[in-house]
Amino acid sequence: MQESAVYEVAGRARLRYLTDREGLLGPLFLMPAVVYIVALVGVPFFLAIAFSLSNVSVGDTSLNYVGLENFRTIIRTPQFERALINSVLFTVVAQAIIIVLANILALILSEDFRGKWVARMLIMLPWATPIALGTIGWLWLLDSKFSPIDWVLVNVGLLGPGTLLGPRNHMTFLGREELAMASVIVVHVWRMLPLSAVILLAGLTSIDRDLLDQAEVDGASFWRTLFQIKLPLILPIMSIALLFGIIFTFTDMTVVFVLTRGGPVYYTQVLPVWSFFKGIQGGALAEGAAVALFLFPVLLAVAILMLRAARRMEIT
Amino acid sequence: MASLRQRAKRIVVYGGVAFFCFFSASPFLWMLITMFKQDRDLYRAQNNPFLFNDPPTLDHLRLLFLETNYTAFLRNSVLIGVLVVIITLIIAIPAGYSLARLTGRWGERVGIGIFLVYLVPPTLLFIPLFRVVVALGLNNSVWSLVLVYPTISIPFSTWLLMGFFKAIPMDLEEAAMVDGYSRLMAFLKVVMPLSLSGVIAVVVFTFTLTLHEFIYALTFISSSAQRTISVGVPTELIRGDVFYWQSLMAGAAIVAIPIGIVYTFFLDRLVAGFTMGAVKG
Repeated sequence: MQESAVYEVAGRARLRYLTDREGLLGPLFLMPAVVYIVALVGVPFFLAIAFSLSNVSVGDTSLNYVGLENFRTIIRTPQFERALINSVLFTVVAQAIIIVLANILALILSEDFRGKWVARMLIMLPWATPIALGTIGWLWLLDSKFSPIDWVLVNVGLLGPGTLLGPRNHMTFLGREELAMASVIVVHVWRMLPLSAVILLAGLTSIDRDLLDQAEVDGASFWRTLFQIKLPLILPIMSIALLFGIIFTFTDMTVVFVLTRGGPVYYTQVLPVWSFFKGIQGGALAEGAAVALFLFPVLLAVAILMLRAARRMEIT
Repeated sequence: MASLRQRAKRIVVYGGVAFFCFFSASPFLWMLITMFKQDRDLYRAQNNPFLFNDPPTLDHLRLLFLETNYTAFLRNSVLIGVLVVIITLIIAIPAGYSLARLTGRWGERVGIGIFLVYLVPPTLLFIPLFRVVVALGLNNSVWSLVLVYPTISIPFSTWLLMGFFKAIPMDLEEAAMVDGYSRLMAFLKVVMPLSLSGVIAVVVFTFTLTLHEFIYALTFISSSAQRTISVGVPTELIRGDVFYWQSLMAGAAIVAIPIGIVYTFFLDRLVAGFTMGAVKG
């Protein structure tokens, strides 16, 4: 009896020893996450590169090396230039608008006003809800026949025969090249603005109160405080918000897929949607993967910039 | 003078709030009005679209729930969401703790690496992953999404939890270990209960993420009954050129608005994660 008690104590001590060793416990705890990510992000990433250099398709799944053939074919397609330009254009324009509006919105939200939590909830809705469903709301707002925007424009006398916006009663937002492009940008702005604003708000609220009080005592105007204290101090955070915005807009396929499917013709086509149409619907996995890889240089640049921004924030 | 300036400022603030609220909420407002409209009211261009010119109706909700796969979409989305949350917690909690306490310098590097994985978008991986899913025989099944979604949720959750664990004073664990707990037990009995709000935040984000995701769900699943909300509503309720607008709006609003409201409560945690813990939201 005594012996078994001794064994038990020894066994417990052994277990204790194992569960106390940080050198063992650390890697053990981390392992599942690393394995999962390597298996389902790392491997597919290299698979994407391998696909792009092969002639794999849904019908023929063998990987035969073809070199840069896919990239050559893609670059020769007129759709490619348009998709590449659109991807960059939509991202840049949307982010430019977002960063201005998000600063204004963050400044407003940093003030005290009544019903703030309701306002915050309403403003966050576009980011918090599934973007595919939000975009459906826009699809109906921009409808070619029953758009309520058209109705308002007609009734205030801006649209219709003999008015500023032309003789027809409909804007057909998604049917005209420039308007369709503008619509895609507006939906991206609508979707990303809340996230950028709350990130900037976090930056604004972390500014030392004393500093702002001192500026007020010294008689600094609103604009001076804004441009010489607030904005410089939240610049690192602003760059983080901007980089997330760039990634989420540049790699998004949902907005264009639901809103225009790349149309009219292919005027609003972007790389991710084109990659889907080619790779999955068209069955040309290799070419689809090659199209998607054109996203990679931008992602790499953003990742590097993000790390630098993070380091800067650690120092300050 | 001062009061005049103050009044002007108030007008600007309230005006700004009203503008941004309207811009953000108008598509949802439009959904809520549309879903109760009768056809003859909706499809007459002269009618004021913001009013009920004919009495509201529940017909379209009935169509949505009884004659479409909407309830199947809901069921699939909830099932996927719950399973992905469980997988994420099992993997991200130990990983987050490991990075916060057990691995020191090299752990910090791995942590940054894991954060960067969050930046790798589904649009880059969906084609090879489609092949992987087919090879595993999981295409057209919700299990493909259960397998793949943790690749998005684990990096962010690990990062979020790491920040959380770091904020808990180390003295507490040390005191517990002096009292005879092992490192593992100190983590389970002392650190975990204190991190409950972090865990709840991870649950909310992971669940909403599974609802948001579109590309994988669109790519891996092609049979209607297996689809998720995000893909099912925009693809199944539009048949060719026929839009079931009211049902479509109802299908979107029923999910979008509650999710949006719950999400807002956990916003500050999310922001802390996005800013890499540099600012406490």
